[in-house]
Amino acid sequence: MAAFKSPFVRGCLASAPFVIVVVPFALLFGVVATEAGLDLLQVMLFSLSVFAGASQFAAVQLMQDQAPVLVVLATSLAVNLRMVMYSVAMTPHLGAAPLGTRAVMAYFLVDQSFAASQMEFERHPDQPVADKVAFFFGTVAPIAPMWFAATFAGAVVGEAIPPDYALDFAVPITFLAICAPMLRSIPHVVAAAVSILAALVLSGMPYGTGLLVAAGLAMTAGALAEQALQRMRRA
Amino acid sequence: MMIDAATFWIVVPALALGTYLIRFSFLGFLGNRALPGALQRALRYTAVAILPGLVAPAVIWPAATGGQTDPARLAAACVTLLVGIATRSVIGAILAGGVTLYAILWL
Repeated sequence: MAAFKSPFVRGCLASAPFVIVVVPFALLFGVVATEAGLDLLQVMLFSLSVFAGASQFAAVQLMQDQAPVLVVLATSLAVNLRMVMYSVAMTPHLGAAPLGTRAVMAYFLVDQSFAASQMEFERHPDQPVADKVAFFFGTVAPIAPMWFAATFAGAVVGEAIPPDYALDFAVPITFLAICAPMLRSIPHVVAAAVSILAALVLSGMPYGTGLLVAAGLAMTAGALAEQALQRMRRA
Repeated sequence: MMIDAATFWIVVPALALGTYLIRFSFLGFLGNRALPGALQRALRYTAVAILPGLVAPAVIWPAATGGQTDPARLAAACVTLLVGIATRSVIGAILAGGVTLYAILWL
């Protein structure tokens, strides 16, 4: 992509393929959230203010299950904790930008902008900060507008879909589809297996707290499995 | 079940603020420093520790069938997972799962 000198344009090109993932995901969120009883304004505020698909689906599912507010928040925020890693990884590259710019970039720090920027900054670490910032905003340009537009379209479509189309299962299918490509190592598989087993066993715990306990166990299991594997490789 | 309006107006602003603070954390005010190894390891598994557990009860005991295990939904879940693992395509997996669900429900 050396043909394009502008880092902003290179950023756009790097994240353009993600549009194929973002659009159906946002459409589905619009539909599912509308079917759960939210109106168009609520659905749009949701997507604009939170801007993190997996946690939005999780929150909708838990609110529908009438889980207590604190449990909904703890679980949905835990889904987003992976973004701490994104924030850490971007700081060496973007940390020298002015505070206002960093505050705006933080809002746009999503899976896709992170993945595309991380790849670029690892490949070309020596570019000026201004170029890296321009590249980052380039990766956002195709993603964010499509996220909002597709959420809107989904919400409009959702209002027209009758409630008896087995859409109850759209969220489980979407989550399974997001998880499947994450199972790229043995520790990830261990974490997922513990998560499923513990969630089923603990499903009787009050107020949906079983899931939080299951998540803690699964995270620990994943981390321990990773350590054990490293030790085996070294031995 | 429909989402209660009061719940919505508490959850969404708090979730938005919390998510923003997570993103802003190091980039914004913690600056250039490394995370302790144990914390970094645990964070790697957050998503995969929560999402499967969140859907597992809905797959085994769907609310739509009154909690009875339903072959169509179970099959759709398995197909979604297998196609997702095999193709690494989120959209392909969603389509395969959706087609399986409606094909079996329609039969």
